[in-house]
Amino acid sequence: MRLLASYCRPELLEDLQGDLNEFFERNVASRGKFIARLIYVIDVLKFLRSYTVRRPAFANPLKNTFMLGSYIKTSGRGISRNKLFSAINIVGLAVSMSVGLLVIAVVSDLRSYDSGLANRERIYRVVSTLAPAGEEPMKLATTSWKAGRLIRQAVPGVEAMTILRRDFSGDARIDGNIVPMSGLYANEGFFDVFSFPLASGSAGTALKQPYSVVLTQSAATKLFGHTDPMGKVLKFDTINYTVTGVLADLPRLSHIQFEMLVSLSSIDLRQSTADGQYMDWTNVFSTYAYVLLSPNTDPARFSAALNRINERENAAVPHRKVFLSAQPLNDIPIGTPMRNEIGMVMPTVVLYTLAGLALIIILSASFNYTNLSIARSLKRSREVGIRKVIGAQRGQVIGQFMAESVILALLSGCFAFCIFWLLRGQFFSIDQRLQSIFSLELSPRLVIAFVVFAVGVGLVAGFLPALFYSKIKAVQVLKDAASIKVFGHLSFRKALVVIQYTFSLIFITAAIIGYHQYKSFLRFDLGFTTTNVLNIDLQGNKSDVFVRELATIPAVKMVSRSVLVSSLGSTFGSSVKYHDPTDSSGVDLNDIDENYLPLHQYTFLAGRNFTRRSKDAAATEAIVNERLVKRFDIGHGVPERAIGEAVVIDGKKLTIVGVLKDFHYGTVESEIGPTALRYSAEPGGYVNVKVGSENLTGTMTAIETLWKQIDKVHPLNAKFYDDQIEHAYRQFAIMSQVIGFFALLAICIASLGLFGMVIYTMQKRIKEVSIRKVLGAGEGVLVYLLSKGFLLLLLISAGIALPVTWLLFEKLVLARVAYHRPIQIGELFSGLFIVGGIAIVMIGVMTLKIVRANPARVLKNE
Amino acid sequence: MKGTHLGEFEELVLLTVASLVNKAYSVAICDELSKHADRTVRLGVVHAVLNRLEEKGLVKSELGEATATRGGKRKRFYFLTGAGKASMVRAKEIRDQLWQKIPGLYLKRI
Repeated sequence: MRLLASYCRPELLEDLQGDLNEFFERNVASRGKFIARLIYVIDVLKFLRSYTVRRPAFANPLKNTFMLGSYIKTSGRGISRNKLFSAINIVGLAVSMSVGLLVIAVVSDLRSYDSGLANRERIYRVVSTLAPAGEEPMKLATTSWKAGRLIRQAVPGVEAMTILRRDFSGDARIDGNIVPMSGLYANEGFFDVFSFPLASGSAGTALKQPYSVVLTQSAATKLFGHTDPMGKVLKFDTINYTVTGVLADLPRLSHIQFEMLVSLSSIDLRQSTADGQYMDWTNVFSTYAYVLLSPNTDPARFSAALNRINERENAAVPHRKVFLSAQPLNDIPIGTPMRNEIGMVMPTVVLYTLAGLALIIILSASFNYTNLSIARSLKRSREVGIRKVIGAQRGQVIGQFMAESVILALLSGCFAFCIFWLLRGQFFSIDQRLQSIFSLELSPRLVIAFVVFAVGVGLVAGFLPALFYSKIKAVQVLKDAASIKVFGHLSFRKALVVIQYTFSLIFITAAIIGYHQYKSFLRFDLGFTTTNVLNIDLQGNKSDVFVRELATIPAVKMVSRSVLVSSLGSTFGSSVKYHDPTDSSGVDLNDIDENYLPLHQYTFLAGRNFTRRSKDAAATEAIVNERLVKRFDIGHGVPERAIGEAVVIDGKKLTIVGVLKDFHYGTVESEIGPTALRYSAEPGGYVNVKVGSENLTGTMTAIETLWKQIDKVHPLNAKFYDDQIEHAYRQFAIMSQVIGFFALLAICIASLGLFGMVIYTMQKRIKEVSIRKVLGAGEGVLVYLLSKGFLLLLLISAGIALPVTWLLFEKLVLARVAYHRPIQIGELFSGLFIVGGIAIVMIGVMTLKIVRANPARVLKNE
Repeated sequence: MKGTHLGEFEELVLLTVASLVNKAYSVAICDELSKHADRTVRLGVVHAVLNRLEEKGLVKSELGEATATRGGKRKRFYFLTGAGKASMVRAKEIRDQLWQKIPGLYLKRI
């Protein structure tokens, strides 16, 4: 019916409706109600013909501009008349929108990555999927050198391509100074693909000759000061490199970052890498390939060409397969991070989570607006009634209320912008790395996005009130304002309050649980002691002298050495076999010296520690954990019997000399796996120092002085084990911090909304309260009477929020952590206490104020 | 303008309008046609045809009094115009001429 009215030309409408009605009644009589209805609907659709459809009415633009002025004027009056409600709305919207602005700025930054490059749309990165037989395929941002060569030779439609290789690092020597430098290898196609401008040098030839380097401006200043670096010589190890170009500093929003580029031809292809020969098809771990497609090339054709290469090359390789694919440059900054990413990649999940949280907060603030506007309807509906009598159409009433909410939102947007600026600093302080990833600087595009966003929020917030008011019937309102059914919307408004509080509770409970879990990870019993253990990164230096010297410091109790520091997430693994040569299992390894186990107080179940041996002696012994013994059923459940048995690790036969109680080699997120420790007289990697707890600064200075004698270039890199563990679980700390922040916002906004609702209700019920009081009701009873409705809402939200949060953690978040503490009841409920406490205090204070009011005065005013 | 030509269904509708004299409105036309032509006639089609006829100037219409049966909606009654009458007569003439041309013997043989 309404559909017909909506499309039909007015002059035909009545006629058509009449006909349809007549048929409808006939059909009801002959075929029953349902079929009649169906036919009616079908007929309505059938009438949708060219001659029945009304021409779109072109509104008189002049009239609309006049009305817009009037809307703005009346909106301004409306906002200033109700200062309290406006303030609540503006504060809530501003706070929530500032978070929205932050998300917009982050997304805008990510979208504008590499935007300075010419031909950005035509640049593709070749990425690989490595699928070893029988294992999960692995996505890598890198590819093989061979793939790069094949593309250059055999693929049509490629205008330019470049091959980069990561991990060039070393100490540059110039005139006796030593400066540690790092960068990428690149071939001469680099500047054809990436249009980074060269300050000096020739883009075509700078990276052609072996042993030539291109520096960024800041690297050049660091190395040579203000003298012209062109043609100067840098010495890495024994090889001289010549500076052939200087590059302007890279923009911050570039996914490739480097200090220097070294010509790819400097690499000696005859040598082999740890992953095999340089030119192996399956050596996909260190090389990046970027192509610039010529303007008319279809990316699909390029992909097809890559597939042909895949097929041909994989046929020649047994066991493992590599699949190349093309990734557009624009897609690099946001997505699922691959292995060996060259720069930062924002995981889509994180982005969506952030945006989702911001959206919830913004919606929550919009709910406030909706709620409070409708609550005020008693006053404003009369205004609408008069407007309608004068001749306002429905659309114009909607327009007026929308204009009001948009103005309010824009006003909040200005405040939000100030808050955003403060928030930006906070955001950067979460992690220092963020500063190198994001700029969050204003651009015209961003400002436009902000304004559009504010208007959008205004429209969303104003939509429901506008719809509500526009439906008001003028006659009814003017006859008796109280008769309109505000309370028909009461359950709707209550639902909004419940939603707000549910989200607030979920946020705060999640933050509290997250924080407690994080703390429990830090206190977790790893199976060894980490207190007062200082791990010093050797940075490639020989450790013998250093260790001997360290032992002379009085506060140092014990010194040991290991290849890596376990329990921080980094692993070093291989495979292990027992008797059966076909049955192998992955094993986590660490090479340690004889002091390592006593220093960390590992618990032996059987056997003994390593004994000191000479450096040249071949490794023949291993200490393993329970899990490994169980995996191969060595000794049939008795650890003592496993002693003396031989296992093959990394192709070498090692005798088990000790069995350790299971300890955490990885983080608590991963299950304990088979682990073996091998002996090494001088493992390069880390020196572990157990220090006394008194006079830490003195000890540190002593250690630093010693370090300076060993390594003059690199600063000492020493960290306490406990701090390192704390750092390893930082993501949890950040997570609970961020969610905690959102919880704070959500609670503020929900409280503001509740505050408004309470004030409104109290104002309406003040007479009732006075009469009750006159009749002899006590204060306590009255407070209970007034606040029980709100408390009920709170309880309902708690009933929804707590189980949801619990499930969320139990099934989603903590399910990923193999060893976690069960969620405690206290953690679950403390959020409720905080939120409930705030709400109760607020409601209590407000109701008490009303209840304490002198009834005589209230009633006399009548 | 192709408009002066009458289609088969248009002609039927026009005839019905004429035959119903002052009571020709959409539903009545629809019923009448169904009865005589012995085929199901859709309301939508009738509406479309009436609309077209009105555009061609063959019929004119006006709204009648409101009745309770139609949910308070008024009926739109259609009347033949002079042009409508002329085109009806013309259509009949064409047919008659053609009829007369058929020799009687020929028809009997079929």
